[in-house]
Amino acid sequence: MSGSGQYVSWGRFPFQQQKGTDLSQRFQVELPTAEAFLPQGNARSYGDSCMLKDGPVLSTRHLDKFIAFDAESGRIRCEAGVQLIDILRVAEPQGWFLAVTPGTQFATVAGCIANDVHGKNHHLTGSFGHHVTGFELLRSSGERLFCSPQENADWFYATVGGLGLTGVILWAEIQLKATANSAINVETIKYERLADFFSLSEDSVESHEYSVAWIDCLASGDKLGRGHFIRGNHATAAQPRPYFSGNKMAFPVQPPISLVNSLSLRAFNSLYYHRQRQQRAFATVHYDPFFYPLDGINHWNRMYGPKGFLQYQCVVPPGDSEHAVREILHRIAAAGVGSFLAVLKVFGDIESLGMLSFPRPGTTLALDFPYQGDKTMDLFDQLDDIVVGAKGAIYPAKDAHIQAEHFTTFFPKVDQFLPFKDPKISSSFWQRVMG
Amino acid sequence: MKNWIVIGATSAIAEAVQRIWAARGYQLFLVARNEQRLQAVADDLSIRGAKAAHCYVMDVSDQEQYEPCLQAAKAALGEIDGLLIAHGTLPDQQACEASVELTRQEIDTNALSVISFCTLVANEFAEKKRGDIAVISSVAGDRGRPSNYVYGAAKGMVTTYLQGLRSRMCKLNVNVVTIKPGFVATPMTEEFDRSGPLWATPEQVASGIVKAIDKGKNVVYLPWFWWGIMTIIKFIPEFIFKKLSL
Repeated sequence: MSGSGQYVSWGRFPFQQQKGTDLSQRFQVELPTAEAFLPQGNARSYGDSCMLKDGPVLSTRHLDKFIAFDAESGRIRCEAGVQLIDILRVAEPQGWFLAVTPGTQFATVAGCIANDVHGKNHHLTGSFGHHVTGFELLRSSGERLFCSPQENADWFYATVGGLGLTGVILWAEIQLKATANSAINVETIKYERLADFFSLSEDSVESHEYSVAWIDCLASGDKLGRGHFIRGNHATAAQPRPYFSGNKMAFPVQPPISLVNSLSLRAFNSLYYHRQRQQRAFATVHYDPFFYPLDGINHWNRMYGPKGFLQYQCVVPPGDSEHAVREILHRIAAAGVGSFLAVLKVFGDIESLGMLSFPRPGTTLALDFPYQGDKTMDLFDQLDDIVVGAKGAIYPAKDAHIQAEHFTTFFPKVDQFLPFKDPKISSSFWQRVMG
Repeated sequence: MKNWIVIGATSAIAEAVQRIWAARGYQLFLVARNEQRLQAVADDLSIRGAKAAHCYVMDVSDQEQYEPCLQAAKAALGEIDGLLIAHGTLPDQQACEASVELTRQEIDTNALSVISFCTLVANEFAEKKRGDIAVISSVAGDRGRPSNYVYGAAKGMVTTYLQGLRSRMCKLNVNVVTIKPGFVATPMTEEFDRSGPLWATPEQVASGIVKAIDKGKNVVYLPWFWWGIMTIIKFIPEFIFKKLSL
């Protein structure tokens, strides 16, 4: 057992250390003897949902073997810790692609299930759970359950989005989607106000498989919510595949203070907004920089210095979306803190499968903040009030702060979930929101 | 495309090497003790691009099985291009001090079985006048230390054997590479506190092994800085060294 930083979540707040142990094979599994433990994938969740303060995490990152791949049907079966990048390496050259992918390819398959992750195509394909055909769940009692929408279905719906709390996923099978060309034809539209984002999203639902917007979260007044609307479709078979070097930059060391501050943010946001001169730009790009722009910089989380960072990701329901998003952006500007990466996306109407799944109809907003003590927490409290008022929700995979009283409002099916929670599994997130 | 035999194919370092080879489309003949885990490794490698991944279940403590294993490898692969030996155990030093039998058994697993299998395959390669032999020894074999000198003695024997074999085989166009990893975070070292800067991942070590084989190196320390550490350790005079608790 090792006590180093290797099991610490991506945001590195509030933890600097985490005890943990690794599973190395799926056949004879030894579970930790501690009073409580938590299964963990590649620790790419930002906050404390993949952490357990007083107990060990049981990492599945070395449980990373493929089990079967049918290149005819696009079904792939693999162990829990296989990362999306490995699936793409195997499947993409054979004409298959992930039906749903989050913004990092370093997430594990089991992690994607446990957080029921979403991507830029939610409006057409739903979330990750919709493409899971089955998995094996190991309970702390030693019982193994095969779960699918047909078999042990209630366990399946509890475990999809279940934050690892129902048991250890040992392996899973997912359905990939066929693509003639994995490259993306991208159109980037520079828009000037928040209302434009909503009309562009509306216009793109049918025409574009992928859509998302980067917003300049420091713009205010008339310009509030301005940004780049990015939409795309897979290229056609006839189009040439763009070259991608695969070379990565890296933050080799952690700077002593956060490099993200009000000066650097203002400069970045303004430059980024204006980098595109024309109102519309078209390009054909390799899938890697399109889906995983941040994966190109190894250890980018070090940029925030030793105190770490938090992400605030919420969803607010349709109808009230524009008002709530406007209100949130106002508060952020007023608090004088900002974010490099402010991302806005409209979810579709496809209902998520998991009892605790985050994706639901509405607009989702995600912003990163360096941790600045009470200043950050006070802002988050204010933002929570707006989200609660709008009947929205916060994404547990990113969270390290929400209060217990809000959790049940965000996730009304929690009572339905409780019977499936494993008595020996817990997380710091769970202890915070369930007491 | 190349055809390799790997002994100890389910070990973490071997698996990482095999994944690099699988991506290159190599054909592999995998040998290990546990059938279920071996089959899982073979399935994985086939999906990752190996031309074929043949399984052969063998316990290295049973010397009678070596010749049939080699014959099966020849039948499965056709031509054998290389042999990688990666099996081993990390003995409990204190238990070895209390048991002659355990000490002999550990020497058998970590040294004699390696030397025996190498002897068989070296003769094959000598006849064909080509081939690669790569063996995972250890920095522990460079000098005996109180904390693990049974393991160190076994690895030292392997290292010395390979030195001689290399010199014999180089005239026959066969390269022999001795691989000396330092601390590697594998299931074998699960009990250690692995937080220091000296610890490497199996993937890092594997990439060094593949490069060393590709370039026809003789002896490689992995990661490279272990060469410096072991040079210093070998230079400490014995009258001082014996008083250290390394």
